[in-house]
Amino acid sequence: MNDFSLWDILRNLLMALRWTVALSLIAFVGGGVMGGLLLFLRMRAGKWLDRAIGTYVQLFQGTPLLMQLFLAYFGIALLGIEVSAWTAASVALTLYSSAYLTEIWRGCVASIPKGQWEASGSLALSFSEQMRHVILPQAVKIATAPTVGFLVQVVKGTALASVIGFVELTKAGSMISNATFKPFVVFSCVALLYFALCFPISLYAKHLERKINVDRR
Amino acid sequence: MSTAAETSAPSSHVAPGAPIVQITALRKSYGTNEVLKGIDLTVKRGEVIAIIGKSGSGKSTLLRCINGLEVFQEGSLSVDNKPLLHESAMAMRELRQRVGMIFQGFNLFPHLTVGKNVMLAPTLVKKRSSTEAVAQAQKLLARVGLAEKFDAMPDQLSGGQQQRVAIARALAMEPAVLLCDEITSALDPELVGEVLRVVESLADEGMTLLMVTHEMSFARKVGDRVIFMHQGRVHEMGPPAEVFSNPQTPELKQFLSSLND
Repeated sequence: MNDFSLWDILRNLLMALRWTVALSLIAFVGGGVMGGLLLFLRMRAGKWLDRAIGTYVQLFQGTPLLMQLFLAYFGIALLGIEVSAWTAASVALTLYSSAYLTEIWRGCVASIPKGQWEASGSLALSFSEQMRHVILPQAVKIATAPTVGFLVQVVKGTALASVIGFVELTKAGSMISNATFKPFVVFSCVALLYFALCFPISLYAKHLERKINVDRR
Repeated sequence: MSTAAETSAPSSHVAPGAPIVQITALRKSYGTNEVLKGIDLTVKRGEVIAIIGKSGSGKSTLLRCINGLEVFQEGSLSVDNKPLLHESAMAMRELRQRVGMIFQGFNLFPHLTVGKNVMLAPTLVKKRSSTEAVAQAQKLLARVGLAEKFDAMPDQLSGGQQQRVAIARALAMEPAVLLCDEITSALDPELVGEVLRVVESLADEGMTLLMVTHEMSFARKVGDRVIFMHQGRVHEMGPPAEVFSNPQTPELKQFLSSLND
């Protein structure tokens, strides 16, 4: 029964880590694309759509990610569509990320002084030219650090996908701990692996933040 | 949609002295607060107009209506016979190519070099080739005395230099009318002169200028006509010599004497 060596534990956890990374990437890339789209819609469209997207953001920021995962898993099944844990976790995390990212980016675009819009507008630039050549280059600089910082939230958020049976790092940890009866050792390893993933990202975000502050003096 | 653009054929060849900006019965309000209460104004090509008045009199708002930065509710406005139509992006783009604007806060694009600041709009809007745009930007920067700053970033320049770049940037679109919104108000006193000298040279070359200004001596020297605005109306208007030495209304008298305190 107890013939699991530390290496066996780690090896199995590392295998599962792949799925944590994969799910994080799906959520981050999917959330990024969708967040960008929502941002564009929000800036272009009228009051009504702006409010609808605002509500969407509030909904996802105001409910636990765990509930969102449950709802995605069991809710879609209620509609008669068979969903795998993979699909449900990807959908929930993508929607969750898109809500946060669109809000982070909206704040960054809003922080660009009004004079930049007025100057570029009075030079006869169209909305998309203003965005592409004047507003976004400045907003992206401001947005990079908080965006990378949010990636850490996504990585940790994927742990919750274990509750709907998605075998990523946390789920693998509890399975191995059930088999080995060494929960402390196993979950210490799990925590260390999350840290090994998140810490470099945090450092990178800090580094970016410092760089921007130096640029702005 | 397209009729508006077609009726006014290529029209940069308006004779000097012909009306270029026409404003009729223009009214603008923010909610229930009416800030422009019926403005009628015709500006002739080559004319230099100084708009003076207390803060809150509507002078900046009037200026900003002319290139569509502010939306007005009633009345009409046209530049070079092109009517201002807020709903039509095409018409706005047409009109804004004829009207340049310089701001109190310079509003240079901080992420672009001085040269790129000047070149951006001509390359995007007028589809100039980059060699053409570079040559034009160099010429314009030389004209405002900043030829050697082509590759500098805006934050490396003094306020006066930044404002001169902003003038070059506006001129790059070859506008028929230039709007100046308190362009020296954010400058240290010793930097005001270099900017005003550039504006004066533009006036001498026949550029149509509308400027909101607190520099009364400059308005007097360069202006063809002075407009005194009070409570959202053109309260008094005339040649500078008359307006400044022989004010007719008590409001203008009070305004002018308050400047001498």
